[in-house]
Amino acid sequence: MKNTIGKLFCILTTGLLLMYSIHGCSFAPDTINLGVAGAHSGDLASYGLPTVKAAEIVIKEINAKGGVLGKKVRLLVEDDVCKPEIATNTATKLISKGAHVVIGHICSGATKAALGIYKESSIICMSPSATNTDLTLSGDYPNFYRTIAYDDAQAQLQVNYATKILKVKKVAVLHDKGDYGKGQAELSKKYFEKSGVKVVLFQGVTPGALDYTAIVTKVKREKVDLVVWGGYHPEASKIISKMRKNRMKTGFMGADGLKDKTFIKVAGKNAEGAYVTGPRDVSKNPLAIASKEAHRKAYSSDPGAFFDSAYAAAQALLNAIEKAGSTDYSAVSKALKTEYIETPLGKISFDKNGDATGIGFSVYQVKNGVFVEVN
Amino acid sequence: MDWEYFLELFLGGITRGSIYALIALGYTMVYGIIELINFAHGEIYMIGAFTALIIATVLTMAGFNQVAIVVIASGAAVLYSCAYGFTIEKLAYKPLRNAPRLSALISAIGMSLFLQNYVLLAQTSDFLPFPSLIPDFEFWEPYAHIISSQELVIIITTAIVMILLTFLIKFSKIGKAMRATAQDMNMAMLLGVDVNLVISATFIIGSATAAIGGVLIASHMGQINFYIGFIVGIKAFVAAVLGGIGSIPGAVLGGLVLGWTESFFAGYVSSDYEDVFAFIFLVFILVFRPSGILGRSVSRKV
Repeated sequence: MKNTIGKLFCILTTGLLLMYSIHGCSFAPDTINLGVAGAHSGDLASYGLPTVKAAEIVIKEINAKGGVLGKKVRLLVEDDVCKPEIATNTATKLISKGAHVVIGHICSGATKAALGIYKESSIICMSPSATNTDLTLSGDYPNFYRTIAYDDAQAQLQVNYATKILKVKKVAVLHDKGDYGKGQAELSKKYFEKSGVKVVLFQGVTPGALDYTAIVTKVKREKVDLVVWGGYHPEASKIISKMRKNRMKTGFMGADGLKDKTFIKVAGKNAEGAYVTGPRDVSKNPLAIASKEAHRKAYSSDPGAFFDSAYAAAQALLNAIEKAGSTDYSAVSKALKTEYIETPLGKISFDKNGDATGIGFSVYQVKNGVFVEVN
Repeated sequence: MDWEYFLELFLGGITRGSIYALIALGYTMVYGIIELINFAHGEIYMIGAFTALIIATVLTMAGFNQVAIVVIASGAAVLYSCAYGFTIEKLAYKPLRNAPRLSALISAIGMSLFLQNYVLLAQTSDFLPFPSLIPDFEFWEPYAHIISSQELVIIITTAIVMILLTFLIKFSKIGKAMRATAQDMNMAMLLGVDVNLVISATFIIGSATAAIGGVLIASHMGQINFYIGFIVGIKAFVAAVLGGIGSIPGAVLGGLVLGWTESFFAGYVSSDYEDVFAFIFLVFILVFRPSGILGRSVSRKV
């Protein structure tokens, strides 16, 4: 018993000393402290760890070139296990260690929980992966930025394209009743109605059914300008083929679930002219190739989830500090919104909500058997 | 009332119902003779479609003309499916003929899973484009949107198959033997009917109609994968029960009624609940006619 207490005392003292020493050196004025928060252990670690590696690679390169504002950049890594109740502690720890800006968090829930704490301390936070729409669009968190497209971005892009370029007045929204398909369809419906377009038909179909004659007949009777599909390609190719066989020329539009070569292969000439939104292809971007190569060299493996967007976030934050000339909140905020930077995602900046511009989704159209970008 | 809309839904229902009927025939004939629900039947339909796809692709590459491709590919699909139907019966059901009925049912479910996975592994899990074997020719052009040539071909083919089958069962020797076996297998055996041959013939005929259904719908919808047999098989089984399992005209009627129910419900109410409604309708029919629309309640001798 006595022994145990003794051991415990020892551990506690060592712990305190250790904490003190970490605390002590983190206030060293000669470094720029880049915090990285996210899931680094637990079930969702594979979403968070690539971000740490991306930050390490960026910092190594920048430090090799002399750092930011003549100071070395230092990495502070904290784990939030993607849990909102832990994320607040994670944020507090990073702030007390002296983080100037933070990359993170990874999960939308944890990000939301932590943002209030960063906001109070005027710390800029940039997530490579939190897609919840409200994080930026609600306007509650002016200190929040992200290098990934938000959940509603695709639906908004669809609606914008349909109303501004195709000039549709009446649409039918169909879906496959699944989580993904129905979710997309509901977002499309919401934004179509917001922009004054009539959604005359909003219906689900059974995936794998023998045919979709009845629903196509129904769409035809409603005389819509565009059919918007939420779901995957097998049903979509059946529906669009049936439409064309019934001599309907109505436009057809789908989301990233449809941007699959199988759609064109299966629907063949019936797929011609269909509109599809999908993530912009960055695999040919020279910076993306270079960063991937750097990752292979450093960790002898291919990068994981959100690596490119995390890489871009680290670059954007450090670039903004360099351009702002300090780590001052308002100066860095201004730099983020005005300065452009070449990243693996392409040339990006940030809009007034904090969403990266020049990333995310594009509209493609099927032309001669391939998806062609038509923005 | 919008008659054109009604007509389109009506014809769409017939097209869908015809396919259900072609597959339901296999369920109902097998059930009529050995009282087994052959769950692997939907897979026979899928194998028919796959065979037709493979043969058609090969023939297209070899440069055959359209008519030859349709005839040879459909013929091959029918032959291949028949061979599968025959083999399944010999392997999975015949050894269990005197076992409790539940054992044969489990064997049937096993066969269904086996065939699905076999096609998945031997072929692919992807959706494959299916060439439109039935040409989408121009006819009745201003009204072509009401019914396409392919739908017309499906309806006519089904009608011809039904008529041939009726003649076969009513007037041919094997047809008589089938009816006799269905009534009383032991008595038929005592009177010199080769029951094994009759059962094999039943499986072969059922598989042939399923293969025809498979080729027709695959070429109409333009895509297949290893899983297409499952849902359609269940629906066709429902059609067989709806019409009265064991009754051949019942299977046809059940298929059409199910096709119309789904088509009209999706057209006039909502496609969200199309399946739900189809099954509620089934329950409703079975409450009033427990043995199906045309089924006869057979009083068993004790």
